[in-house]
Amino acid sequence: MNGIDWADLWSQIFNFSDYGDLIVLLQNSIIAGAVLGIVGGLIGVFVMSRDMAFAVHGISELSFAGASAGLLFGIGVVEGSLIGSIVAALIIGFLGAKSRDRNSIIAVLMPFGLGLGILCLALYPGRSANKFGLLTGQIVAVDDPRLNSLIAISIIVVVGLLVVWRPLTFASVDADVAAARGVPVQTLSIVFMLLLGLAVAVSVQVVGSLLVLSILVTPAAAALRVSSSPIVVPLLSMLFAVLSLVGGIMLALGGSVPISPYVTTISFAIYVVCRIIAASRARRGISGRKLVALDA
Amino acid sequence: MKIFGAKSARARAGAAPSPRNAPRHVVLRVRGGALQFGERRLWHDLDFDVRAGEFIAVLGANGSGKSSLLKVILGQQQLSAGTMAFEGSPVTRGNRRIGYIPQQKLADEGAPLRGRDLVALGVDGHRFGLPLPRAARRREVDDLLASVGASEYANVAVSTLSGGEQQRLRVGQSLAGDPRLLLCDEPLLSLDLAHQRAVSELIDTHRRQRDLGVLFVTHDINPVLDMVDRVLYLAGGSFRIGTPDEVLRSEVLSELYGSPVDVIRTRGRVIVVGVPDASHGHDGHHHHDDDPILNEQAGSGGGTRS
Repeated sequence: MNGIDWADLWSQIFNFSDYGDLIVLLQNSIIAGAVLGIVGGLIGVFVMSRDMAFAVHGISELSFAGASAGLLFGIGVVEGSLIGSIVAALIIGFLGAKSRDRNSIIAVLMPFGLGLGILCLALYPGRSANKFGLLTGQIVAVDDPRLNSLIAISIIVVVGLLVVWRPLTFASVDADVAAARGVPVQTLSIVFMLLLGLAVAVSVQVVGSLLVLSILVTPAAAALRVSSSPIVVPLLSMLFAVLSLVGGIMLALGGSVPISPYVTTISFAIYVVCRIIAASRARRGISGRKLVALDA
Repeated sequence: MKIFGAKSARARAGAAPSPRNAPRHVVLRVRGGALQFGERRLWHDLDFDVRAGEFIAVLGANGSGKSSLLKVILGQQQLSAGTMAFEGSPVTRGNRRIGYIPQQKLADEGAPLRGRDLVALGVDGHRFGLPLPRAARRREVDDLLASVGASEYANVAVSTLSGGEQQRLRVGQSLAGDPRLLLCDEPLLSLDLAHQRAVSELIDTHRRQRDLGVLFVTHDINPVLDMVDRVLYLAGGSFRIGTPDEVLRSEVLSELYGSPVDVIRTRGRVIVVGVPDASHGHDGHHHHDDDPILNEQAGSGGGTRS
């Protein structure tokens, strides 16, 4: 490998010439990234407390299948990915009440979805850039109508989560007692799966189906390392997700590499830092016991 | 009412609510209750009352329908026959005047949940909308935490607390909303002896202070033996209810199980040996078999403890 031109490689990854013009051009993408960060960070907290990380991955593969089918049959990528992820979320929600069942159902669905998606893409006669984007992200392609649909769906998810927040928390951390206290645990589980399906569908369109976990799971997992407060964790999680997405988009602007490596790297780095903070706190014996309130 | 066991129990006996001498308000009334799943009949013709301030232990083999009884009271399961009334009206799902304490399960690290948050869920976790911080809510949670001696770890992540500490929080959570009846489903399971004692004493103290009816499902009567007023023993599709002295006897349990069972009392403890395998489960069942020799004598299905 003596052919690599390091300067050229660097400019492919980081290139800030004409940055001002590019930012104006990619205004939509940055807004999309920020909105997505809020949605991903918020729902990520429940993904963690309901132990659903694998489900997110499964739904995103079916969302990819839906998007590819949408592309092939001319229904539209957005519509296709929405249908794909909602169908997947409902199947997982109805058949996978127990976590063992859930994992096997996801493991069955996921390769099937991926295969279906690949089939549709292989048959699609259009440009190959679109195809690759569904798997690894294509934030540059956020036009006005798409941004509007993304914001509309995001509002549904955020408002929906805020409405069911308390009983969903109760059902997620303490299902038996919640049921005894009259919380509709089953209904909430399906409502949550629907909201998760929507959140995954909007994320897939931007970061691609392979990398959805980096905004729906990593930020919340990082926040949980440094706090146990039910107020601080969602706020931090949203902050981390927005930082990863907006930061990733800003860095990716000039280069010719897709945005996902930037997003995933920032989000991973935040997670590592949070783990280090948690480890150093544990070493110093800080646990919050005896009225030492670490977090709000 | 005879109480045997530790001295503390005798000392308390004077203050103990006695359902016979002074009839109290009936919290829960069951008449002709039956529960059946297909061909499988768990119990039938069940008649009993739980009065305010009364502590009743529910005993029986695995699969005898102890937990199902709690599910019926919680409105999550319908009776096959008979009636069940809580505070004079038929039981409904999600009644706020019924507190529930399940067995301890270690909360996992995936949830942002501190001690105070677990208790707060009992206060208003069933309500929709965001949990906005209110002074009244905070005070209520603080009071509950203090009443179960959990203030010290109010701000600690639940996942890092010991089993005993988690169960203290659960008692606090169950007391939110000022319940009239407390349902406990094996709340001492997987706790060490000291914590079993501490948690059962906590429940005992609160039922006296608050005049609470308590139904306490357990596979082992001994940690609560000196606290209970009556024992409800479910076995062989039938039941017996009475004071521990009346129910925990060889002839009574032999009749109930339909095969010879020995009840041994030693050093203030009760040990039941020779309980046949539950007709539907595969677990042999014993009350308290810490003693390996007694355990061996029991010789029924290997002395498994659920």
